[in-house]
Amino acid sequence: MEWALFLIFALVAAVAAAGMVLQRSPIYSALCLILALFAQGGLYVLLHAELIAAVHIFVYAGAIMVLFLFVIMLLDLRPESHPPVQFNRVGVLAGFVLAGALLVELALGVGPRIILGPRGPYDLETLRMVGNTQAVGRVLFGEYLIPFELTSVILLAAMVGAMVLAKRRLE
Amino acid sequence: MVPLWAYLFLSAFLFAVGVVGVATRRNALVIFMSIELMLNAVNLSFVAFARFLHSLDGQVFVFFVMTVAAAEVAVGLAIIIAIFRNAETVNVDEVHLLKG
Amino acid sequence: MIQYIWLVPAFPLVGVVINGLFGRSYLRERAHLVAVPAAGLSFLVALLIALEVVAGRTLDLHLYPWIVAGHFQVPIGFLVDPLATVMMLTVTFVGLLIHIYSIGYMHGDPGYPRFFVYMNLFMFSMLMLVLANNYLLMFLGWEGVGLCSYLLIGFWYEKKTATDAGNKAFLVNRVGDAGFLLGLFLLWTTCGTLQYAEVFARAAALPAPLTAPAVGGVSLVTWITLLLFIGAMGKSAQLPLYVWLPDAMEGPTPVSALIHAATMVTAGVYMVARSSPLYSLAPPTLELVATIGALTALFAATIACVQTDIKRVIAYSTISQLGYMFLGAGVGAYASGIFHLATHAFFKALLFLGAGAVIHALHGEQDLQRMGGLRRPLKLTAYTFLIGAAANAGVFPLAGFWSKDEILFAAFTTGHYGLWALGLAGAFLTAFYMTRLYCLTFEGPFRGDPAHARHLHDAPPSMALPLLVLALGSVVVGGLLGYPPEHGLVHQFLAPSLAAAPEAAGHASAGLLAGLSLGVAGAGIGAGTLLYLRWRDVPELLAARFQRAYRLLWHQYYVDEVYWDWIASPLMRLSAFLWRGFDVTIVDGAVDGVARLLELGSWRVRRLQTGVVFNYVLSILAGAVLLLGYLVLGR
Repeated sequence: MEWALFLIFALVAAVAAAGMVLQRSPIYSALCLILALFAQGGLYVLLHAELIAAVHIFVYAGAIMVLFLFVIMLLDLRPESHPPVQFNRVGVLAGFVLAGALLVELALGVGPRIILGPRGPYDLETLRMVGNTQAVGRVLFGEYLIPFELTSVILLAAMVGAMVLAKRRLE
Repeated sequence: MVPLWAYLFLSAFLFAVGVVGVATRRNALVIFMSIELMLNAVNLSFVAFARFLHSLDGQVFVFFVMTVAAAEVAVGLAIIIAIFRNAETVNVDEVHLLKG
Repeated sequence: MIQYIWLVPAFPLVGVVINGLFGRSYLRERAHLVAVPAAGLSFLVALLIALEVVAGRTLDLHLYPWIVAGHFQVPIGFLVDPLATVMMLTVTFVGLLIHIYSIGYMHGDPGYPRFFVYMNLFMFSMLMLVLANNYLLMFLGWEGVGLCSYLLIGFWYEKKTATDAGNKAFLVNRVGDAGFLLGLFLLWTTCGTLQYAEVFARAAALPAPLTAPAVGGVSLVTWITLLLFIGAMGKSAQLPLYVWLPDAMEGPTPVSALIHAATMVTAGVYMVARSSPLYSLAPPTLELVATIGALTALFAATIACVQTDIKRVIAYSTISQLGYMFLGAGVGAYASGIFHLATHAFFKALLFLGAGAVIHALHGEQDLQRMGGLRRPLKLTAYTFLIGAAANAGVFPLAGFWSKDEILFAAFTTGHYGLWALGLAGAFLTAFYMTRLYCLTFEGPFRGDPAHARHLHDAPPSMALPLLVLALGSVVVGGLLGYPPEHGLVHQFLAPSLAAAPEAAGHASAGLLAGLSLGVAGAGIGAGTLLYLRWRDVPELLAARFQRAYRLLWHQYYVDEVYWDWIASPLMRLSAFLWRGFDVTIVDGAVDGVARLLELGSWRVRRLQTGVVFNYVLSILAGAVLLLGYLVLGR
């Protein structure tokens, strides 16, 4: 059952991601990406990360992608501004090779040490007892409190930056 | 139970698709979406690792990545709008502001 | 109540904030409605606290840590002891009166709210100076009053002379403050603390490391006190750093009264008295303090005898009286110095405010030669001014007599006969120039613009009230606090705060000495009366007869010219050389050269920036692969 769900979600995510790159119109690209993100949310549930799954859907599908669609419509690109997608062969090849190399390096570097390394205290039983949200909250507001607070600075800076950039002219 | 490598394989595939998207597409918006896809691929591996290592650090990091992604989208889209306003295009081939 | 000591400086600070934010746009001609109550409340709280101090309470209050850097720790804290109380009362009381006076004097000035902002800021800084419980916080107040002095001297900034005078005051004080700061550094490296209590405890418990011969065979405490005294010379206008004070009279007259007579310029005396446990360990410094004080007292008095600007005469008189205070402190009679400081605050503020009333009535005329005969139209001003002048001249039983006589007595009994003689000569001149000042202003015929003569008007109520109060103070404060000499209320009150006075070396009859100085003062007054009331053409004849001496005094010993030729202008030539020769060619050349070098070196490299996104993406990826490869596999 788990395998079946994983395969379905993974397939949807992979196909939708590929579709996003292949689609000519940015609207379709965006819709494909939304689909991929939903599938990824399903995978999070399978991984017993329910809180992450919910936040993921809220933030990406609810906020970020809506923003994308909004901008696409705001810019109102004419059809002739969507040239047919031409793949630069060197680009595809180089992209896959380099991405692959990066991942192989990562796997070599972190794989054995971490996978065979010590396990943390949050196995499935504990999570079920405590509840996923509460457990994540404890870590987030305990060990990671200061980084968490600092992210608010990033958001503030982004907010100010976006306003300054999007304003027509600085008086 | 689905093993770790399956998730990592999917994550790697999504990441590579994102890289290819950034490398080949010319529409700034699609390039941007590809970047989002790459970030999400990394998020997926974070959650998968967290699940298999019985640790929540990976999940916490996903939060931070999401924050950065949200900030990036806000600023990035604002930049795209600003470029479009000046150059009447979102095709990155036609924008050469960085040319030395 | 005493733990609310912070309220005393807090009220003026609130006044600064309110008037600073809303004065110009909303309060305008009502700015005094904020500033005067701020000063008044401050005085009220100070008075209540003083009552507790009189009852025997003192307080060393740590409010919060101000600077903490390793071992270097300085709190914001207040020390309320008798010495601080005397200063606090003087500052708030005279300050309040002068605030009230300013309502009338500054009325209609376009900078009315700005004036009160600066005045309140001055009150705040001065109170921080006297109430601080450590040297660094004192230095904060010290610099704060310096800033306010600069701002207020240059208050009428459209006037070139005023801004020049402000700059001069600021620059001359830099010299003194550099010494003060070096003294603080040395004090900290020696004692490891700047808290009064800890420093004095160390000085009392372990004088050996402080007094042992150190640099140049001179003990550390001597160096410390010398450097601190350089600061006092600048702030309290002693030889050779007095030159800024006469020029400071460019500021509005209430400023001259408050800052350049009653309070700020006495900060140096306060500092010496506050540091008396240190100064008492450094006899060479004390000798220097006494000598400088006595020399300044006589030097400034001679100049005051020939000046014709009403405010300039009083300014030189201030310098001279400050010299007396230092003479007192230098011979170990700290209490007498502080006593003279307090009485001087009364009569000198009174003199300045009286002069201000005269100037106000004459629409800005300050030249004594264009005054005269003002006693009849300006009755109140004339009589209060007379009281102030008599107090300054040392007439029994007015305030100045008690304190000045005590200083001379202390100088004599400690064996400083030479300094005593200088002081006595100064006392004669003081009586003389005060009489001259009064006679030229208020007696004889009116020599000014006849157009002004018709509508002369006496001080308005807001100006009359401070005159009356200060005149009353000038009459009673001396006898009330200072009798019997050496054992009066003020001495007993101050004793716990100050180092003990040295044992009297010689015996002298207090009555005889007092009679002598009274006689000298009487002689001065007599001479002044004769020359300026009876034989009014004699002074000119004398000036013509002793032309060289007269010119020397008239040009104030050419000190300004000497400073300009020997110090200021060589410095400016050096600066011009450094500017053109060093800054422009070498510094700017280096900066421009680096930029040009980079431009030359980069014309090929810049081609790398293609502007094509694809290339950037590949570069980023390749870089990431290489970096990660190095991290994972390279080690």
